[in-house]
Formats: sequence, C-alpha cells, structure tokens
Amino acid sequence: MGLELFLDLLSQPSRAVYIFAKKNGIPLELRTVDLIKGQHKSKEFLQINSLGKLPTLKDGDFILTESSAILIYLSCKYQTPDHWYPSDLQARARVHEYLGWHADCIRGTFGVPLWVQVLGPLIGVQVPEEKVERNRTAIDQALQWLEDKFLGDRPFLAGQQVTLADLMALEELMQPVALGYELFEGRPRLAAWRGQVEAFLGAELCQEAHSIILSILEQVAKKTLPTPSPEAYLAMLLRIARIP
Amino acid sequence: MGLELYLDLLSQPCRAVYIFAKKNDIAFELRMVDLIKGQHLSDAFAQVNPLKKVPALKDGDFTLTESVAILLYLTRKYKLPDHWYPQDLQARARVDEYLAWQHTTLRRSCLRALWHKMMFPVFLGEPVSPQTLAATLAELDVTLQLLEDKFLQNKAFLTGPHISLADLVAITELMHPVGAGCQVFEGRPKLATWRQRVEAAVGEDLFREAHEVILKAKDLPPADPTIKQKLMPWVLAMIR
Repeated sequence: MGLELFLDLLSQPSRAVYIFAKKNGIPLELRTVDLIKGQHKSKEFLQINSLGKLPTLKDGDFILTESSAILIYLSCKYQTPDHWYPSDLQARARVHEYLGWHADCIRGTFGVPLWVQVLGPLIGVQVPEEKVERNRTAIDQALQWLEDKFLGDRPFLAGQQVTLADLMALEELMQPVALGYELFEGRPRLAAWRGQVEAFLGAELCQEAHSIILSILEQVAKKTLPTPSPEAYLAMLLRIARIP
Repeated sequence: MGLELYLDLLSQPCRAVYIFAKKNDIAFELRMVDLIKGQHLSDAFAQVNPLKKVPALKDGDFTLTESVAILLYLTRKYKLPDHWYPQDLQARARVDEYLAWQHTTLRRSCLRALWHKMMFPVFLGEPVSPQTLAATLAELDVTLQLLEDKFLQNKAFLTGPHISLADLVAITELMHPVGAGCQVFEGRPKLATWRQRVEAAVGEDLFREAHEVILKAKDLPPADPTIKQKLMPWVLAMIR
C-alpha cells in the first residue's frame, strides 16, 4: 500500500494537499471522507485519526495530520522543486512566517461563510447577523494584511516564486469566493496574485480541485446535500458555537 | 548590530523564543516591548512589525515575526542540536504537526483562560460572566486531554524521547493558565511529570526566570482608564 490521503475537497486544507500532490506527481491513493455526512467522526475514521480531522496522510504505519505538516513532509520526501519550500534560510523563514499568521488570522475566519450559508442551515442553525458582520470585517482586515504585509510588491506571498504559503492561502480564499464573497473586488494586486498562482498550478488542476466547493450553493439550491450523521451533528454545533 | 529580539515575557510565544535563545547560548539584544503599557501599539514598534505583535526578530536587515518561524530560523541558522527539530523526516513531521495543531487549540485555550479568569477582572476591571469563564475552562480541559491523549501518550516528550520545539512551545503556553491560578497539572500526573522533564531539560533557573512575569501577573495593579481604553480593542481582537 502506497501513500494514502484521506480528504474531502470541501475542505480548504484538503485541497491544498491535493493540489500539491497532483501538481508534483506524487502518487497517492485518495480516500474521500465525506465531511457533511460526518464520516470524519465515524468509528472507522477515528481509528485512523483520533482527532477526526482532514486531511490525514497515511504512509504505511505513519499517520500525519495538519495540512502544513503534510505539505512539508511531502515536499521533503518527494524532493519537490525548491521554490515550494525553499532551502534558503531566510526564504524558508518567510514561508513559516506566513503559515504562522495564516493559522491565527486566515484559518477559522475564511471558513465561516460556509458554516453560515450552508452547514448551519443544514442542521437548522442560523448564525446571528452580528457574527456574520464581524466575520466580514475580519475577512476584510485579513485581506488587507495579506496584500500589504505579505504580498507587498512581490509576486507571491513569501517571495518571488510560488511557495506552500500561496497554496494554503489560495484554498482558504476560495471558500468565501464559493459562497459569493467578492474578495478580489477593488484588490487588483490580490487578484493578480490569484491569477498568477492559478496559472502556475494550471487551469485544469484548479478546476478539478475547486469543482466541489464552487458547486456548493447549487447543491444547496437543488437540495442535494447529504444529511449529517448524529456524530457529525454535535461537532458541527460546537464549531458553530465557536464563531466569534 | 547583532540579533535583536523584541519580546515581552508576559506573552507565551515570547517566552518560548527567549528560553530557546538563552538555552542555546544565542547572543541577542533584548528589546522589551511592554504589552501592558501598550508599547506594541506604538508607531515606533510598528516600524519593526506593522502587525504590532511580539515576538519579532531582527537580524541585520532581516526582520521576522511569528514565534514558530523565529524558532525554526534560529534552529537552522545556529545549527542547533538535532533533537529540537530533527532531520529525520518523520520525527520532524511530528514536530511540525504539533506546532500547527497548537495554534487554534492549546494557544487559544490558554490565552482565553488567562484573560477570562484573571486579566479581564483583575487588570482591566471588566467582569466576565460565570458562563463565559466556565466555557473557557471547559475548553482548556478538553485541550489538555487532547495534549495528553493524542500527543504525549506514553512518551517522555510530546513528539518522542527527547525535548523538541513542540515541548517548549507547549510548556510556555500552559504557564499562562497557571499564572491565572488554574490547576493545569493537578490531577494530571502524566502532564505533571512531562512538565518536570521539560523544566529539567531547559534548566530550572532559566525556566523560572522566563516565567517570573506571568507568575506575578496576578499582582499587576489595575490599569488606569487611559491604558485600559488603549488596550481594550487589542485584547478583544486577540482573544476572539
């Protein structure tokens, strides 16, 4: 058994790892774990990852969680082109600097619109308007920092070439984009960055990776979304309660 | 000008960086950025870090923020002992995994525990509802259980037989609720013995020195109205 990747393309960090593996020709057995159905909280999956989170990598007996850890592991194991995770001391530090900030200011924040518009309503929970507004402000603030501090006048977030930072960021930004947020309106530098990253990855790969999230509202309208399992229900409630 | 570290030992990530640099005899100029006085919000500090956060590192023209990035930079630059961030692919991945996980879990819980239990009521004079405090402490409890069950398990240290960056980052986080008077290690013998091992590996004097500020935080005089007004937006944003 080769490398197995447990993922759901609905999830931002799952997409980042998926895209990275595909772009670099890393052989992976993909194991879809349906988040909405709650398969990540099933007994079977919890045997593999007791935290019940995606993505999860299985390399023989070695099980690894956390998308940034997985990306770094894959980049080193498969010796992907240096630009992804540069060996240069300062260039690499910039990637970690971005990933640290991303964990605080992007992760969690950019996922909220999906909870508000799709996952909450699916279990009959409405997120108060006050929280939605607060989230919008947080998104705007984060985008400002993304543009000013990380992009600046550079083509990519951590330097002159595409790195893991750009991949992690792009996939988080796709979440609200899929929910109708015009993140790139009035942000030409950010829009240009997005175009560059997607051009580098390739239109076909992007389409493939983004098709699920980009069709989410259509699925809502057609009522084709699955029903969350009882195990997932509680986890979803807890997650929604944490929205500031 | 050699290495400069902009720090306030009130902050968990600053403590990790401070201990790491001292433990490894890395020469640096300490630039104190007094969070309680709001110095991190000043225009002067914004020149160093426009994100107005500590810790920050300045190595000549190179300025770096984010504690994990700083710790990794120092590890690589000074070619420090392997156990801190192992060369072995899987051992290192374990450290990366912990460092990624802790951002939204332990770090968040410990920060909120400090502020909800102590800093808001005592320093800022802002009452915290019993429900909010209870929820925060419950979340801390869950996170501590995960730390024990998922990461520590029956190992000597979080990611293996030797101390790594993961342990340093974790222990400095846990001292936050300790500073607020939370019983983090009582009733958790595994975690308590892990703490002793980490303290011994770091050096008890250094550990004590680094934690003097947080352990005395309960004795901070209440903030005057000007300071309180200055700090409130920052605090509220930080503990969201």
